[in-house]
Amino acid sequence: MELLSGADMVVRSLADEGVEYIYGYPGGALLHIYDAIFQQDKVQHILVRHEQAATHMADAYARATGKPGVVLVTSGPGATNAVTGIATAYMDSIPMVIISGQVMSHLIGEDAFQECDMVGVTRPVVKHNMSIKSPEEIPMALKKAFYIASTGRPGPVVVDIPKDMTTPTDRFEYSYPETVKLRSYNPVSRGHSGQIKKAVELLLNAKRPVILVGGGAISANASDLVTELAQKLNYPVINTLMGLGAYPGTDRQFLGMPGMHGSVEANMAMHHSDMILNLGSRLDDRITNATEKFCPTAKLVHVDIDPSSISKTVAADVPIVGPLDSIVTEMLKLVKASKIELDTEAHDAWWQQIEEWRGRHGGRYRTDDSEQMKPQQVVETLCKVTKGDAYVCSDVGQHQMFAAQYYKFNKPRRWINSGGLGTMGFGLPAAMGVKLNFPDEEVVCITGEGSIQMNIQELSTCSQYDLPVKVVCLNNQSLGMVRQWQDLNYESRHSQSYMKSLPDFVKLVESYGHVGMEVTKLEDLESTLEEAFAMKDRLVFINVHVDPFEHVYPMQVPKASMRDMWLSKTERT
Amino acid sequence: MRHIISVLMENEAGALSRVVGLFAQRNYNIETLTVAPTEDPTLSRLTLTTFGNDRVIEQITKQLNKLIEVVKLVDLTEGDHIERELMLIKVKAVGNQRAEVLRNVEIFRAQVVDVSSTVYTVQLVGSSKKLDAFIEVIEAANVLEVVRTGVSGISRGEKVLSL
Repeated sequence: MELLSGADMVVRSLADEGVEYIYGYPGGALLHIYDAIFQQDKVQHILVRHEQAATHMADAYARATGKPGVVLVTSGPGATNAVTGIATAYMDSIPMVIISGQVMSHLIGEDAFQECDMVGVTRPVVKHNMSIKSPEEIPMALKKAFYIASTGRPGPVVVDIPKDMTTPTDRFEYSYPETVKLRSYNPVSRGHSGQIKKAVELLLNAKRPVILVGGGAISANASDLVTELAQKLNYPVINTLMGLGAYPGTDRQFLGMPGMHGSVEANMAMHHSDMILNLGSRLDDRITNATEKFCPTAKLVHVDIDPSSISKTVAADVPIVGPLDSIVTEMLKLVKASKIELDTEAHDAWWQQIEEWRGRHGGRYRTDDSEQMKPQQVVETLCKVTKGDAYVCSDVGQHQMFAAQYYKFNKPRRWINSGGLGTMGFGLPAAMGVKLNFPDEEVVCITGEGSIQMNIQELSTCSQYDLPVKVVCLNNQSLGMVRQWQDLNYESRHSQSYMKSLPDFVKLVESYGHVGMEVTKLEDLESTLEEAFAMKDRLVFINVHVDPFEHVYPMQVPKASMRDMWLSKTERT
Repeated sequence: MRHIISVLMENEAGALSRVVGLFAQRNYNIETLTVAPTEDPTLSRLTLTTFGNDRVIEQITKQLNKLIEVVKLVDLTEGDHIERELMLIKVKAVGNQRAEVLRNVEIFRAQVVDVSSTVYTVQLVGSSKKLDAFIEVIEAANVLEVVRTGVSGISRGEKVLSL
């Protein structure tokens, strides 16, 4: 057997796991590992400018591919800088393995230089974490980390490695384990057949059914199955923010997104439905509005890999725990074999009602109340120019909601956003992570002048690794979502939501060696975007000046039911 | 309602803090907590008591089960079970009080485990309620110090919580 140092074992284990890229930033506790990285060429390291960006790059890679992203950060500040990104992945159930350096074992607990209890700090925001006590443990610990991160409900796993575990002169026998078994961790491998049968009976007897598709469907690669089931039944489909793309966004059966900024037809249909088939949405507060008023007439079937997601916010009538793909496969089989006749009369009436709701608002927005471009127009034009087929990585705020509402995603894993944690600064590094792994695809970062400045230093990483993403900045000179809430709830007292002293973005990106463009008029928008996307090998930053007073609608009325919405600044349901 | 949740988990560094952290993080309350290794030194048995309605308790057991180190768990209060807690209590005992305390010790089937000229240290094992009752009969002014282990519990009959 081969003898390797702990540092070599870290890098070899990653290579043997099939990891191509790792994202990180060196530091004292990692010097042995970085030396090991230098002496091989299987695992490529991407040097970011801030550790948070490393986590978002790895996270977005995982979102786009389904495989765990890998991050390498040093002890102390390196580790704490990664925490926001780890929490982001945790909230959205994204598989990720984070290796953090730690001070020498004998210094732990002595407040040594760059010491931080990473295992303690990350405990509430990881699926699991562990610290290495002896170098021989490294291959098995990493195997476990990948296994835990990517199975069951995926999530981030932190492996904390004290520097003396990686000493180059201490060598140990190395072999990378092929499999791992944990007696205390056995993800469910299939759903309960009896429950699935019950769910299908409810589904086939429903008069006003709705299929709600969440991020779980994407994570389980079950989009095709879900689509087949929905189209077989001709039932309306609603994708959550995390589920966008799971069911094709341009299809007639698609009603849009539910919740706080969901479409009228989606929220109305949910509220008035008599049966909701929830496939992998955890029904968080941004969807349900007041849970006690949530969908009063609906029977809820809740399918989730994580039992704790079921009946957490809203009690399920038929809970089904298990992998979504196998459960939907079984449902499809039962649906095809069933003798129950669908109540087509009721379904026709239901569709008629839905079309009426759709006609009432249908994603319209006013263009006559301002001289300036509307952010919605920008997203619609972007969708047109990219033929609805780009990877869209979003930051957080109004632009995120406009992107979710107006970019029509027909494929899963194309919409990459921080849904649960709502992390500003996510968009640019996410786009970089996707572009690096899909160099031939169009990758767009939709952002605002607030979010982009939270990780704008990564423009430098883009130059170093030649990552020609397109950045579309919906510049409204304010923290739009904060401002919107201040308009609605604080009599327009815009406390700290206005950004003064914005940089000249065009000059700024040019100084990093990229291309900057400015759009102030609608008539220049499409041609500018065309021009930008024609520059295949350049990063182009398009600074689009949009109406600073625009709000995101529909918007649910707080503490009410799903059907209670503002449709514009003056109309309510 | 009060529940006794008994958890079999890997005897690993950090496992206990994960359980405690979970309760803090998700705003559940812990009334008592006891933990020690089992006959198999790789496993620990943790018993905790908590209050909550059915929905909260369901979430607590689900969230505990999700922790990687948790092997199995049972809500003992769902079935017949035995519940025990040990208390060491220092009681002021001078003059007539000495006989009075001893009488109560006898009634409660407790034991005096240490004596000084002014103090009895009493050991009492039983359900939490029994321990509460003992504290109540000793007047508050005479209770000098109370140390309780927290509840430990086990199912009655054939049922076992093991690998």
